[in-house]
Amino acid sequence: MSPDAAIASQHVRAATSESRFARLSLIVAALAFVGLFLLLPLAAVFTEALRKGPAEFFSALGDAETFSAIRLTLIVAAIAVPLNLVFGVAAAWAIAKFEFKGKAFLTTLIDLPFSVSPVISGLVFVLLFGSHSLIGPWLQSHGIQILFAVPGLVLATVFVTFPFVARELIPLMQEQGTSDEEAALSLGASGWQTFWHVTLPNIKWGLLYGVLLCNARAMGEFGAVSVVSGHIRGQTNTMPLQVEILYNEYNFVAAFAVATLLALLALVTLVLKTALELRYSAEIAASRRH
Amino acid sequence: MREHGHKSRRRFRQPSVLPGFGLALGVTLFWLVLIILIPLSGLIWRSSSLGWSQFMTLALDTRTLNALKISFGTAFVAAIVNLVFGVILAWVLVRYRFPGKRVIDAMVDLPFALPTAVAGIALATLYAPNGWIGSLLAPLGIKIAFTPAGIVVALIFVGLPFVVRTVQPIMEEIDKEVEEAAATLGASRFQTISRVLLPGLLPAGLTGFALAFARGVGEYGSVIFIAGNLPYVSEIAPLLIVIRLEEFNYPAATAIAAVMLIISFAMLLIINSIQAWSRRRYVYVA
Repeated sequence: MSPDAAIASQHVRAATSESRFARLSLIVAALAFVGLFLLLPLAAVFTEALRKGPAEFFSALGDAETFSAIRLTLIVAAIAVPLNLVFGVAAAWAIAKFEFKGKAFLTTLIDLPFSVSPVISGLVFVLLFGSHSLIGPWLQSHGIQILFAVPGLVLATVFVTFPFVARELIPLMQEQGTSDEEAALSLGASGWQTFWHVTLPNIKWGLLYGVLLCNARAMGEFGAVSVVSGHIRGQTNTMPLQVEILYNEYNFVAAFAVATLLALLALVTLVLKTALELRYSAEIAASRRH
Repeated sequence: MREHGHKSRRRFRQPSVLPGFGLALGVTLFWLVLIILIPLSGLIWRSSSLGWSQFMTLALDTRTLNALKISFGTAFVAAIVNLVFGVILAWVLVRYRFPGKRVIDAMVDLPFALPTAVAGIALATLYAPNGWIGSLLAPLGIKIAFTPAGIVVALIFVGLPFVVRTVQPIMEEIDKEVEEAAATLGASRFQTISRVLLPGLLPAGLTGFALAFARGVGEYGSVIFIAGNLPYVSEIAPLLIVIRLEEFNYPAATAIAAVMLIISFAMLLIINSIQAWSRRRYVYVA
């Protein structure tokens, strides 16, 4: 290295970058923040679950009530996610492909559940279907059970996960415009053919992304579901509710064992999400900029 | 055709060759009304049927007021912490290269994906007096779990992605020439960042702050395990709603929920106007 170059590398830095010291301290501050608030809690879930060895961990997972909680969580997500998928695609089609009055207001209404506390999302259904409500007595006399049963859990979950798919699709479809669809229609395709063969392939990665986030929230929802579930063991407890019950009974290994399943679900979601972002960054970046 | 008769009336929808508007809008409105609007208006109707004086008595109850103060106060502190560290984190992720950067970037979304109850029990275990962090702080006389500080910790976790994810795309779009211009005009690096770059990030930062704050106010699952839930001290408003429900005290639960809803809607309006304002004022804003 020539003396000049050595001096340059030591003393001169670009005017648009920070000093080495500033850079290092910012990186350390950011990493410490992430480590303290994200990585440590995640590590704690797995450590606590395996504290008494793998045998204890697996026996906790084999419990019948835990099994029924897993089943219920899967059932609720399997109903709620497709419902919101259909809604999300319909909402995105209407909002992104057409110009009409009140569009901005409609978009705000769709985002509404994000600004409502999960507990309130559950409470509204208790007020609507509870025994003291207008239709409560009628439901009771006809033997229709909504609260403290699967329909209530599904309703609360649909409410909470309502905006996810629509929010991902609207900016993406707005960016894509309508020319592809217009071309297909002018070539004689029917409306449904246009949707299946032109629109859907265009939006499939954004759609998958939205469904992924929707599903993670549907399986992990706690507050809203907790209010409508009634906590009947082995019947209306989803996995997050089972975690709470086990934890409050000081059965920490079992609580964290169920929690590891949910944490793994979260990690799989993050990995798939990152993979989608890396491969289809252009498509998904559109939906980031809203 | 229909136009003559009311000339001044503008069309509801611009003409388009694409089919399916009626069906798509119909499905959207049906679902929106059924799932969101009817249940929410049920809540509003219930609280309005309480009558003004009963509503005010329930809303101004000391325990309720304390719970609301705790919810809004802790959410505010957590959102401030997230604003500061969120901007630093976004900066580090956009500008610097270091090992493990991609993993850290992906991990920022963990609070969106990890169920709140799982986060709650993990944080409670970490910060309890015998936990990994709690046992380090206990000799210093610092208690986090089962105090309002514990609520702040949980809300920092829950709100962490908002500021990072709103600020990050804006930072990526900053034109390098702006910084070069500032530098050639004699600004120090610190001046360039604080006077040129940060003001441009302000709207995005405020949006992220407001989103984190709104989320923190309503948060339930991650808080109840670490808070200790002592009435008047560390009892959050959503928990008080649940407690009133379990007591079958529906009027009180409804009143607290109505107060929280009104404040959340006000926040939503503020967020929307920050975004509208920033769109007008700044070029590189989403």
